[in-house]
Amino acid sequence: MRYLILAILTALLMAPAAASSSAPAVHMKDDAYQPPSLTVDAGQTVTFTNDDDDAHTVTATDGSFDSKGLDTHGVWRHTFAKPGVYKYFCELHPFMKGTVVVKAANS
Amino acid sequence: MRRGSFLEHVAWTGAGIAYSLGAGGLLSGRAVAASANDAVEFVQISDSHIGFHQPANPDVAQTLQMTVDAINAMPTQPSFVVHTGDITHLSTAKQFDDARAILSQLRAPLIALPGEHDVVGNDFKPYLANFRIPQSTTGGWASWDARGVHYVVVLNVFNFEKMGLLGTDQLGWLANDLARVASSTPVVVFTHVPLYALYPQWGWTTEDGTKAIALLQRFDHVTILNGHIHQIVTHQEGNIRFASADATAYPQPKPGAAAKPGPVTLPHADLLRAIGYRKVEIDDGNVRLEDRALAT
Repeated sequence: MRYLILAILTALLMAPAAASSSAPAVHMKDDAYQPPSLTVDAGQTVTFTNDDDDAHTVTATDGSFDSKGLDTHGVWRHTFAKPGVYKYFCELHPFMKGTVVVKAANS
Repeated sequence: MRRGSFLEHVAWTGAGIAYSLGAGGLLSGRAVAASANDAVEFVQISDSHIGFHQPANPDVAQTLQMTVDAINAMPTQPSFVVHTGDITHLSTAKQFDDARAILSQLRAPLIALPGEHDVVGNDFKPYLANFRIPQSTTGGWASWDARGVHYVVVLNVFNFEKMGLLGTDQLGWLANDLARVASSTPVVVFTHVPLYALYPQWGWTTEDGTKAIALLQRFDHVTILNGHIHQIVTHQEGNIRFASADATAYPQPKPGAAAKPGPVTLPHADLLRAIGYRKVEIDDGNVRLEDRALAT
């Protein structure tokens, strides 16, 4: 709990302008992307973290991005510049599927 | 051992199997080493995941080393050892180096095919630089004949969205390859992901595997050996016998026995009972599989 409070305080201090919305993040846990669908503004960076004891990837269906192999605790960040619907999957567990919906920044 | 010399070793030993068909000297040389009856013996190992560092097996290098030591201690050395994929955990140069350092200690020739963990990022190069099967096609698949048995390696770990998938190129090659083989010839197929629908919910299937199985149905004796699922599962369809092998790294849950596949953590003594290698003996089409755990 202490760390959680610290983390929140740090986030507030470090990024006051973005304090209203937390940094977009996806976690890989139990062979699933959480949340499976995430909506962000164009230009935002999504942090993908592997919380499983197996390796995963974040690989775009259309080939536009690929984390390559993410070991346990592995972190990968990707900035979604253009609006659109980006579907992705895990090369090692193709039944793992996720989506990032990118909206125009001022919509 | 440096990379260059190991590749020479693999190339030479791989060629030795192929040449044993035509070159009388090599054939008789091998006959001396074979067992008293004319049975063919080889060993299958699988899923070493070198680079994995989690509680299910904190030292996968050690368990692979134990496996290699056990095979090297067999009184009659197998004619070859086949690794049915997932040699490494994430295809890194260091993981391939570490795997090669252990596998190069095998006294018998090694044939190693890739699993999806060996081609992460859809990059075939690190595997090819380390473990390319001698005389394989540009696609990586291969076949050869030795001592009356037709051996085939098919790869189903690419096109990741539909893993496993063989693809039309490979299926076309397989049809041509098998067309030259008499139906009475024992056929042994090595692959990584199960060719049949073992448990599709966890991706333990090959989408176009039924097309390969159809090509194999006319043969009297077919044995299809794979890895990927880290456990022994056998299955029979007509004259075709399927057998998934244990890993050398860690077990996975039985199909449907858990919410998801993945490493299962056991006490160390139980881990050693759940991993190991497989001795295969082929005698006039009779195929005997003997799975040996690293501890009893």
